[in-house]
Amino acid sequence: MSATTMFGLCGAAIVGLGLYGLITNPQPLRKIVAFNLIGSGVFMLFGGVARRGAAAGFGGDPVPQALVITGVVVAFSATALAVALLLRLFESTGSASLRDSMASAGTDPTDP
Amino acid sequence: MTIASALEIALAAVVLGVAVWTIAAHETSAAVVGFLAYGLLLALVWVRLDAVDVALAEAAIGGGLSGVLLLGAAARLRPAEAAATTERPGRIPRLGAGMLSALVAAALAAGVLLLPDPAPTLAPAAAANAGATGLGNPVTNVLMAFRALDTLLEKVVLLLVLVGVWSLAPDRLWGGRPGPRHEADPLGVLAFLARLLPPVGIVVGIYILWVGANHPGGAFQAGTILAAMWLLVMMAGLTDAPAVSSRRLRLVLIAGPAVFIAVGLAGLGIGTAFLAYPAAQAKPLIVAIEIAMTLTIATTLGLLIAGAPEQSEER
Repeated sequence: MSATTMFGLCGAAIVGLGLYGLITNPQPLRKIVAFNLIGSGVFMLFGGVARRGAAAGFGGDPVPQALVITGVVVAFSATALAVALLLRLFESTGSASLRDSMASAGTDPTDP
Repeated sequence: MTIASALEIALAAVVLGVAVWTIAAHETSAAVVGFLAYGLLLALVWVRLDAVDVALAEAAIGGGLSGVLLLGAAARLRPAEAAATTERPGRIPRLGAGMLSALVAAALAAGVLLLPDPAPTLAPAAAANAGATGLGNPVTNVLMAFRALDTLLEKVVLLLVLVGVWSLAPDRLWGGRPGPRHEADPLGVLAFLARLLPPVGIVVGIYILWVGANHPGGAFQAGTILAAMWLLVMMAGLTDAPAVSSRRLRLVLIAGPAVFIAVGLAGLGIGTAFLAYPAAQAKPLIVAIEIAMTLTIATTLGLLIAGAPEQSEER
């Protein structure tokens, strides 16, 4: 098996891992980390595709590589917005739980 | 294509192992440290995939800035952590999630194994048109010329996200300074490094921006390094984050997209198309856009990590 295929399969496994973490971990911050893991797995899949497109003296197809760079920056900014929302939620309700904020709406926010 | 070497197999195994740790770790801060290491290892994977430009971006953003952002958040959310861990779903939902995730991973893996051969590629097209811009780095060519509209829109996304983060400030602090004020021992290691490293980091950042025209590097990577230097100085308490109502700050924030759009409209003016560069001046124009973009990217990334305004404007 070529290294490119192996890294592609590795990316596929990381997407699966991230999806599992996103669904099962109740903490929003852990969900954000898991979501980033999914994103990086997708980028890695894309990296494999780019490497397979090596031609014309380039080590890889530059178009998917450029798209991944754009993707990395956009993923980071989305993460920053999600973290800012989470910190604001914690600041205003005293809890970082997605479930409590639904159940305790209208009551004492620190009440579990 | 060659058979994977022992180094590459070991790298893939370690990346997977650290990814498992990131999901399975009990404490959030441990998981975030795992994610930081994962980002750095991923940069090595990108080098093995012959994508050094992406490796630089991944090391700086995935391994560096994301780590700072998430570690800071994990520290501030620690009081809420114990309560949240009790909400762990039961065995049946976990099993279902595991099966769904395995299914998705298997489908993607099948996609990887069934990719068409020979692979479709735009590399010959990128090589054939490289002469139009005079840049030697094909990735910079794609980012700044062939797919320049993507890059322009991505700058706008960065600004929109910053507006989103700022608007999370309570009303009375609107226009204030982002984030908590950092206090550090003025004679400590952090303050020492914050004086020692920025001159080196700024030179490296400018170098990466400049060589990006012909070699791996470019505005994103340079902007991230500059942002890291700025954050280091802010976290050591040597300087404070600027008030978000500052006009000078806002001018720097729109400099990149503004120069980009101005050049794009000029391309329309000379009669070809939006974002079309006149062949003779393509390289100077692209470098000018990249310089303005680097400033904007560095400032935006730094402020995104600093977060919503938490201090009033005056002091």
